[in-house]
Amino acid sequence: MNEATLEIPYEIPEGARNPVEPFLRMDRMPHIWCAGCGIGTTVNCFTRALLDSKANLDKVAIVSGIGCTGRVAGYARLDSFHTTHGRAIPFATGLKLANPELQVVVYSGDGDLFAIGGNHFIHAARRNMDLKVICVNNMIYAMTGGQTAPTTPATAITATSPYGVSEPTFNLVALAEAAGASYVARWTTYHVKQLARSMEEVLKKKGFCFIEVISPCPTLYQRRNKMGDGLDAMKDYKAKSKVRNGAPTGECTLSKTGEIVVGKFVDRERPDYLELLKAQMIESLGDRYVEPEEACCSEC
Amino acid sequence: MVERFASRIPTVGGIFIQMEDELAASITIQGAVWGGAKAFTVTSGPGFSLMMEHIGYAAMTETPCVFVNVQRGGPSTGLPTLPAQADMMQARWGSHGDYGIIALCPNSPQECFDLTITAFNLSEEFRVPVMMMLDECVGHMTEKVVIPEAEKIAVTPRRYTTQPPEEFRAFEPKGDMVPDMVKAGDGYRFHVTGLTHDERGYPSMNVETQDRLVRRLLDKLKPLANGRALCETEGLDDADVVVVSYGITSRVAQRALQMARQRGIRAGKFRLISAWPFPAERIRELAGRVKAFVVPEINLGQMVYEVERAAAGKAKVIPVSHAGGTVHKPEAILKAIVEAAQ
Amino acid sequence: MAKGFVAITAERCKGCGFCVEFCPTRVLALSSAFNSKGYHPPHIVSAEKCSGCDLCGMYCPDFAIFGGRYAR
Repeated sequence: MNEATLEIPYEIPEGARNPVEPFLRMDRMPHIWCAGCGIGTTVNCFTRALLDSKANLDKVAIVSGIGCTGRVAGYARLDSFHTTHGRAIPFATGLKLANPELQVVVYSGDGDLFAIGGNHFIHAARRNMDLKVICVNNMIYAMTGGQTAPTTPATAITATSPYGVSEPTFNLVALAEAAGASYVARWTTYHVKQLARSMEEVLKKKGFCFIEVISPCPTLYQRRNKMGDGLDAMKDYKAKSKVRNGAPTGECTLSKTGEIVVGKFVDRERPDYLELLKAQMIESLGDRYVEPEEACCSEC
Repeated sequence: MVERFASRIPTVGGIFIQMEDELAASITIQGAVWGGAKAFTVTSGPGFSLMMEHIGYAAMTETPCVFVNVQRGGPSTGLPTLPAQADMMQARWGSHGDYGIIALCPNSPQECFDLTITAFNLSEEFRVPVMMMLDECVGHMTEKVVIPEAEKIAVTPRRYTTQPPEEFRAFEPKGDMVPDMVKAGDGYRFHVTGLTHDERGYPSMNVETQDRLVRRLLDKLKPLANGRALCETEGLDDADVVVVSYGITSRVAQRALQMARQRGIRAGKFRLISAWPFPAERIRELAGRVKAFVVPEINLGQMVYEVERAAAGKAKVIPVSHAGGTVHKPEAILKAIVEAAQ
Repeated sequence: MAKGFVAITAERCKGCGFCVEFCPTRVLALSSAFNSKGYHPPHIVSAEKCSGCDLCGMYCPDFAIFGGRYAR
């Protein structure tokens, strides 16, 4: 390294520290994500949201499934769970029910949450389980070598669709709204400020909240589709995205080269799972209902 | 079981949730455990197959939890509501990779009650998933059950760490090869992964970590394979033939043993209560002094292979197999005892 | 004098260029130098323009750069 070229022409104030660092297990850096991957960018936004929401970090748990985004839990300096492929949401459900004072965030990828884990997603949304689901959508199964995912746009070339994808894709935001989510938003990794704000909003909101983040995958998605590198994807997001808050989610389907509608689409109040459970039990059992005990302490 | 639990649990401060499928149920309980609760799930037949991945996850992450499997005839949808004991090997080996579990086989409603408590206690002590391996007959059986007063039930508490967060390493084994527990929300900022991990709980993809971790996952169960194995024996002192059985089959075998004794055959009983880890030491020791083992089970041969392995050729091992749908006739077991005694 | 500063941990950088592209005041450029992994990290070309907005920090997927404002 030619130090002279990189010399910083001024003094960094003493004690200045990257605001992301207190939220990360720095002893695990560098991370495994490729050059130009957007997952790290979403992590920056998440940490800013945690900071701004003034959440008690000891009471925030993060649950991931398997895949590139599935590694986020391993880097977050929170109580963190790297579970099995597709099953982050049911694990998070158990965690939340056993300890309702936890803020449980599910942070995973599109393949994990919507292919193998699709069933769990719709049911958790239906129950309005108090989970904050952040889906980094890179439109491919990246970690395993770039196979077609339910989110891969039609005509795209992948390791398992060498002649182009012929299947229609999932519109994740429409799926989330239809299944009952209380909050639904979509941003790209270009929209860092808006994404951080959305993340902060869901950290303060009760019920099942869903944020989709469109993110570059230069290595496995873009390379095969001659779509350039990470920066090209970011410029593309900037050029093609259109902020339409409150847009009908049914009109927000993504395609390989078309417009990317972003924004906050749904923000509604519905009683969450535990509220509904309690109300129903009191209705049926009256005084006989005993509220779930807080997680046992180590003394008992 | 589920229906009873659903009706009772809201009156005692617990939660019942009916998940969308067995994959979900088998990992939701593990989320609940890391949130500080005790948790279990119940299934039969194909549902047990669906739970296999998460039995592996519980073994790998050392999550104490209980799986109840009421065995029915298989494979596939098989014989719903009819008995079998054909999931015994699946309980032990069904998830991929090397790992250890505990499996208990009650043979009465009373034991279903008592052993469920034992199952939770063992899961806490060894930090493994514990399988309650019922069969349809035991599952549907109606008999008197004595429920002791709550305060007389011995409950093994979860062994939470007493170390401060900055010193605590989540997967550092203690003297008994079992690490201390921790739960979310207590400021430990710990990490749990199904990947091969080091003592900190961090993924570590190397040969040494793999060997150290996976060996420990099996070795920590050794006490239960040897001295502490749960079994019920009768007439072993003078036995020429030992009937090794479990679950509902042990009750049929009891009748066959009586009939054999009436005929003057010195037949003894060895009932597996903890089928896994298999009590190989006990069988090995018996093999040196008996002529034969008779192993009736409602499958085409599963635990009999364990008996054969432990007997190591020192005694004959005679299976009495049955493909499922009903229980054995005592006469079938008696016939094998008579042959074995000759 | 600039209102803010950026700090770069060159060894963590993978040269994606996000910080350079999206810096609102064009403070950065990719250097021709290499870090030990063979990537070109950014360097500062217009220090005086830095507003310390930390947008570079929010974009950087490798946690290699951040910005801050000087205390006044």
